[in-house]
Amino acid sequence: MTIDQLVFGVVFVVALGASIAMLLAPNAVHVALFLVATQIALALAFLLQGAFFIAAIQVIVYAGAIMVLFLFVVMLLGVDRREALVEPLRGQRPLAVGLGALLAVLVMYVANTGAELVTGAQAGGQGTLASLNRDPGNVVVIARAMFSRYLLPFEITSVLLVVAIVGVMALARRIGTAEVTSPAATRRDEEAAA
Amino acid sequence: MTSVSPLYFLALAGLLFTVGVVGALVRRNAIVIFMFIELMLNGVNLAFVTFARMQGRIDGQVLVFFVLVVAAAEVVVGLAIIVTIFRRRASANVDDASLLKW
Repeated sequence: MTIDQLVFGVVFVVALGASIAMLLAPNAVHVALFLVATQIALALAFLLQGAFFIAAIQVIVYAGAIMVLFLFVVMLLGVDRREALVEPLRGQRPLAVGLGALLAVLVMYVANTGAELVTGAQAGGQGTLASLNRDPGNVVVIARAMFSRYLLPFEITSVLLVVAIVGVMALARRIGTAEVTSPAATRRDEEAAA
Repeated sequence: MTSVSPLYFLALAGLLFTVGVVGALVRRNAIVIFMFIELMLNGVNLAFVTFARMQGRIDGQVLVFFVLVVAAAEVVVGLAIIVTIFRRRASANVDDASLLKW
């Protein structure tokens, strides 16, 4: 058993165990912390496969920034609030678990058959990425691809981010004006409009 | 570069995605549902990185970067919507927001 296999075993157990613990944890804060554990285990899996830049980004952006945002909102809305355990749709939970198991089997089947297709179509073999990582370096290779072949998608993501910022500001502003206007003022406006 | 077969990584990615789907179907809290969607995206990211390794090309890792940007934008807008609903109804339970249901 090599060290790689040992590390992968730890990653597998931690990632899958923490994600299943997410399903069972009643508290939203615990769910968030288990998700952080899953993401850090996945960062290890990225490192194992030679994706160094992505592993760093995974820890900094995902486990860092995005999860802090989640925890912030959980705290804002109240931690001690219990999730409603009554299921209004009859039989949804067993059905969801059953269909989930079916989905898992299907995904495994597709991965198993499709993997041969993917590796069969390749020309370079597994050594190519390792040599790319060694010679210009992982970050340089990603940067070259991103600013040449993927330049248009890269620019579109900047548009997406601007749209998201404007959307959030619009959502927040509407709340602000709704709180500022008193019922009396609203009535006055309606009378003036009429 | 590891000697572990890519198939095991793909299996882990598929299992994480499945757990995310089941969680999004089973849980009732809107924020928790969002976290399970993040889990699904994480599983897909692992699949992308594994494909990049299998093909010996960098493109999969570039795609992970784009998935990350989309996830960040989605989280920001989604959480803002959840906070807005919460201010209206004092609840983050998805069953309470059923006004559009016939």
